Amino acid sequence: MTAYVVRRLFYMVITLALVSVVGFAIIALPPGDFLSTYLRQLGITDRNQLTEEELQDIRERFGLDKPDYMQYFVWAGNLLRGDLGESYAFRIPVAELVGARLPLTVLVSVLTIGLTFLLAIPIGIYSATHQYSFGDYTATVFGFVGLATPNFMLALLLMWISLAWFDFPITGLFSSEYLDQPWSVAKFLDMMLHLPVAIVVVATAGTAGLIRVMRGAMLDELQKQYVITARSKGLTERTLRFKYPVRIALNPIVSDVGRLFPEIVSGTIITAIVLNLPTVGPLLFRALTMQDMQLAASIVMVLSVLTIIGIFVSDLMLLWIDPRIRYEREKSSA
Amino acid sequence: MSDRGTALAAATADATDESYFIASQWTLMRRRFKRHRLAVIGLAVLGALYFVALFAEFFATQDIFRRDSDHLYAPPQRVRFVGEDGLSLRPFVYPWQVELDLETFRNRYAPDTSRKTYLRFFARGDEYDLWGLFPSRVHLFGVDEGTLFLMGADKFGRDNYSRMLYAARTSLSIGLVGVAVTFLLGCTLGGISGFFGASADMAIQRLIEFMQSIPQIPLWMALSAAVPRQWGALEVYLAITIILSLVGWTGLARVVRGKLLQLREEDFVKAATIAGSTSASIIVRHLLPSFMSYLIVSLTLSIPGMILGETALSFLGLGLRPPTVSWGVLLIEAQNVRTIALHPWLMIPGLLVIVTVLCYNFVGDGLRDAADPYKS
Repeated sequence: MTAYVVRRLFYMVITLALVSVVGFAIIALPPGDFLSTYLRQLGITDRNQLTEEELQDIRERFGLDKPDYMQYFVWAGNLLRGDLGESYAFRIPVAELVGARLPLTVLVSVLTIGLTFLLAIPIGIYSATHQYSFGDYTATVFGFVGLATPNFMLALLLMWISLAWFDFPITGLFSSEYLDQPWSVAKFLDMMLHLPVAIVVVATAGTAGLIRVMRGAMLDELQKQYVITARSKGLTERTLRFKYPVRIALNPIVSDVGRLFPEIVSGTIITAIVLNLPTVGPLLFRALTMQDMQLAASIVMVLSVLTIIGIFVSDLMLLWIDPRIRYEREKSSA
Repeated sequence: MSDRGTALAAATADATDESYFIASQWTLMRRRFKRHRLAVIGLAVLGALYFVALFAEFFATQDIFRRDSDHLYAPPQRVRFVGEDGLSLRPFVYPWQVELDLETFRNRYAPDTSRKTYLRFFARGDEYDLWGLFPSRVHLFGVDEGTLFLMGADKFGRDNYSRMLYAARTSLSIGLVGVAVTFLLGCTLGGISGFFGASADMAIQRLIEFMQSIPQIPLWMALSAAVPRQWGALEVYLAITIILSLVGWTGLARVVRGKLLQLREEDFVKAATIAGSTSASIIVRHLLPSFMSYLIVSLTLSIPGMILGETALSFLGLGLRPPTVSWGVLLIEAQNVRTIALHPWLMIPGLLVIVTVLCYNFVGDGLRDAADPYKS
């Protein structure tokens, strides 16, 4: 077991090093650099006000005059020292930018996962135990439509409904008057008004998928002979269901939480852009379009670290929960 | 009498049973698939969509780039049979009476019930080259004069309906092309990995693990942002397709590898090797067919992901770009809530995306059930 964990940790480090190279290379791929994109976005009058000296200043400050691989080594070297670099567009450390948005990103993601489980697991169980009933069909239709609707469409639709019928714009997490305010009770309450829509939108697709998984797993379990045995011994349906099949059907879902978290963080990016949420997604989008190298590369790095740790945790949980897998692994490594 | 009846029933049962036993794997699959009603409906709808997309020029009512500055954001015109003056055997629409609102500087539209614009089948309209080869002017239907905006117009007064049909061609084909690339990559790399094992297997497995540890959507975004701005429509299209299939092949390769690892120990593979078949011909002729049904199912289920991915990327302005039209590109117009509130018909392309993905999921579900030989 220890050998397995050590080997996995070793692979994780190598993978991260590779991700940093490939990620940086992809982001550096578009022709031009931050400065040319920046100049293109400035109006002609603003552009003419910039002197050659100022341009040179920006170039030197961010090392844009150096070749790409040198820029990579500067960035990667800083990364090893725990410094995420500096955003070219915002002119502040990346750690500050990401740090300000990470708590909200985590909050939205955790609440989304919570809502997904809260909805999907009971509905999935109900669907399986009441197969082909009206409720099952409703859940199935919802599941399929939820999977087929692009998240951003759902966000747009909800925004439209809320604007047309309640005259309440739901973009962002805060109303405009609270945007730059420090935290207060009023700001918190304001956020509580905005949060549900964002979470519902993000949770829909996940819930739809999970209902299908849960229903399938439950149906498989309910056919097994131990269920019949338990029933013949006189257990009530309720005790029987929750004591055995539900627990087994939950196994793969619960052990996949580690993988779910990074998936939700990167899955929310597009929704977050449409809803204008102050999470890391829109920041990455901006950084990519502006060629804000260090910001974009560092965000990709943070997300990759999350993904890799997530996969690792899932695998560990699977080992821990399911003795069969543990046995297989010991056998193959022996 | 009743005896004869039973005997007859038994005989028919025997006959059907026999046809059951001699039926090939594919016949059995087709029969099981037909029992999944939603899947059959999904397949029919998809067939119709692809047919219309194939002949988009003919089904469209006008040129997709023709601007009509008098009808900016014109609402959809309803096709009617019953007018103010009673029943008409020919379908018609009322032309829009346009009036400029001097407060908002937007056009106000009201149907002009005094005039009728009749629809004509096989009408002559804007010129086009079908597939760039056959010049023609015939459209399935159209109007001789006046306007026909079946699903409204966009901010330049271009016909939403015609643009959607052309866009269908891009959006529907991107899934197919992407799946072809996925299939090629997944089978080749998975095949090498599973059949030859050893160091090739090791290298490919590490590559797959590496690809899977990069978060998918940021990877898509970064790669599409890297597509050069000056590239032509076709190049961008191919680039986006390849980007979309870059992630999907890893899962397929794993499955192919697993199956091959299991199958290569079988007797029939040894027999083929002894008989002098080359590795490539063993893989292609003996091994791939034995899990082809599984591959088809997983490929069908991966198409919707690509269609949704293209739509989302284009919607963000990272994917296909105008003047190329795809459903995602059309939805760029619907990015703003106020625009949607005023012109809801700009969301219709999104509806088509939902219908298409829904149908693919139904068909994939039906295929999965049909391909499973252990299902009763």
